[in-house]
Amino acid sequence: MKHNLITFCVLGGLILLAVVASQLVGIRLYDRVATNLCISLTLVLGLQVFMGNSGILSFAHMGFMGVGAYASAVLTIPAQMKGMALPDLYPFLQGVQLSPYVAMAVSGLVAAMVAAIVSYPLMRLSDAAAVITSFALLVVLYTVMTHWSALTNGPRTLFGVPKATDVYLAALVALLALLAAIAFKESRTGKLLRASRDDERAAAAIGARIPQLRWRAFILAALFTGIGGALWGHFITSFSPRAFYLKETFLILSMLVIGGANTVTGAVVGTFLVTAAYESLRGLEGVLNEAKVTNEPVIGLTEIVLALAMMAILVLRPGGLFPTREVGALLARRLRRQEESG
Amino acid sequence: MTFAIQFLIDVLSLGGAYALMALGLVIVYGILRLVNFAYGELIMVAGYTLFLISGSPLPWLVMAAVAVLMAVVAGIATDYIAFRPVRAKSVTAVLITSFAFSTLLQNAALLFISPRPRVIPLPDLFSRTVEIGGAITPMRNIVTIVAAVVLLALFALLMRRTVLGIAMRAAATNFTMARMLGVPANLIISSAFAISGFIAGVVGLLWMGRIGTVVPGIGLEPLLVAFIATIIGGMRSLTGAVIGGFVLAFIDTSLNYTLPQELLKFRDAFTFSLVILILLWRPEGLMRGPASGQRT
Repeated sequence: MKHNLITFCVLGGLILLAVVASQLVGIRLYDRVATNLCISLTLVLGLQVFMGNSGILSFAHMGFMGVGAYASAVLTIPAQMKGMALPDLYPFLQGVQLSPYVAMAVSGLVAAMVAAIVSYPLMRLSDAAAVITSFALLVVLYTVMTHWSALTNGPRTLFGVPKATDVYLAALVALLALLAAIAFKESRTGKLLRASRDDERAAAAIGARIPQLRWRAFILAALFTGIGGALWGHFITSFSPRAFYLKETFLILSMLVIGGANTVTGAVVGTFLVTAAYESLRGLEGVLNEAKVTNEPVIGLTEIVLALAMMAILVLRPGGLFPTREVGALLARRLRRQEESG
Repeated sequence: MTFAIQFLIDVLSLGGAYALMALGLVIVYGILRLVNFAYGELIMVAGYTLFLISGSPLPWLVMAAVAVLMAVVAGIATDYIAFRPVRAKSVTAVLITSFAFSTLLQNAALLFISPRPRVIPLPDLFSRTVEIGGAITPMRNIVTIVAAVVLLALFALLMRRTVLGIAMRAAATNFTMARMLGVPANLIISSAFAISGFIAGVVGLLWMGRIGTVVPGIGLEPLLVAFIATIIGGMRSLTGAVIGGFVLAFIDTSLNYTLPQELLKFRDAFTFSLVILILLWRPEGLMRGPASGQRT
């Protein structure tokens, strides 16, 4: 119990430090980076809840981020804007205009509900079959978002989402996600689920209902991801379904994998590292584009570097930077050793 | 009658392409029980090779052969870079490295070539049309059917009659046992990747012949098609993959003819929901593969 508290304090402190530092510097760019960092943290922690505890790779999470973002957008776009932004919206939704903060919570629930319904039968599958179905689920969600014009404005950009996310709100949500991820990991469900990750048959033999356990983790993950999506929507204020597809899946996945999917610490550290690398590489791309090194615009450099880093990590340290132990446990152990020796 | 012939040609040519796509994916999956997410990029490699050498005075067939060869090389590279170093460690790790490798290749094409579509050279044959029993159809459909039949026959011969094919089938059935009997594991796996690259290269040429251009994201659709077809047919059965390809082509073509425009947009969502349902109903696919042994 004690080391979980240490883990929360260290990681939470890291988040607060990043936010405070970004505010002290007082440059708008850093404010944006810190907000993005906190939103990514929410998404990555969501993915960690499912992937880390169940050991099953899931591609579908970006789809639930999209569900959250669109749900919140539909609920909050001012009534007079809706005629323009969503011309085909169903009449009963036209008058709805919630406060963005209420809408974020509601859209998290919507994403969790969608996840609960579609994933219930899928949780029986393991290994490659589970991965392919999650990939299929991502494609289904993306296709639906691209073509359900009444709710999403189709493949076109949806605009007019009220701006409501600032760095403090994003940090608060990230902290809550952190707390929930640690709490879930240490809960009965989390422990049984991790037992099933390490040995499916042995866990089933001691009476763990694996599909049921995975289902709970998946719903919790979708809840985070939906809220994260809504936060992002109210931050960026206009987006299209393309924001919730393979490229973003790759980014979130690289954060989790580089840090270490099995630990909450890994998820947080990976998000920090990849966000730092991503922003500096994007900056470099911008500089190269302005310097007109080549005739063509420089794009894709960031992804190439991230892909190489991800592959290098998986070859050298398959579990990521923090493969098994949380930072709290590591610190507590070091402290104990010092006491013993001193 | 004309309509029936038209429909048949559509199903057979689309199905031939789909069956080949599925076969290329399943040949690796059958042995390693691992999905190669970078499979679509092998098609992309073939396309860009064709684009890059399009200025040369070589005859088209030579250029096509070079393109297919590059896809084979890329297939073997996938094994060495994304699979071999992590194969023994964890299933999830391999899936992620192959996903990362696919992202790597796509973005390399974005960065070093262009995000915009590039025109690839095609022989006149591809743009001609031909009349069969009153139905007018593009020549490339007939080329696709012929190529699919020839390749599938060659492939069947390879798997049944040659030492390599028999060793590969043995490895797919029981990898550990096959190794104990002296089948060299790495060689078999690399050969599977090479064959996968060869099939991807050929099917890539046929596939890109429909549009005449190549873009960095071209591999996604063939990858998705291969997924659906292998799942319909059975993830571990080579025959199943071919049947799955034709079944999927039949479903797609029928939906194209019957669904109203309004619902046709959701076709991908329908077919992928179908995949999910089939996996739930029979996780092994419609055709059962050989009895499963342990993966290395």
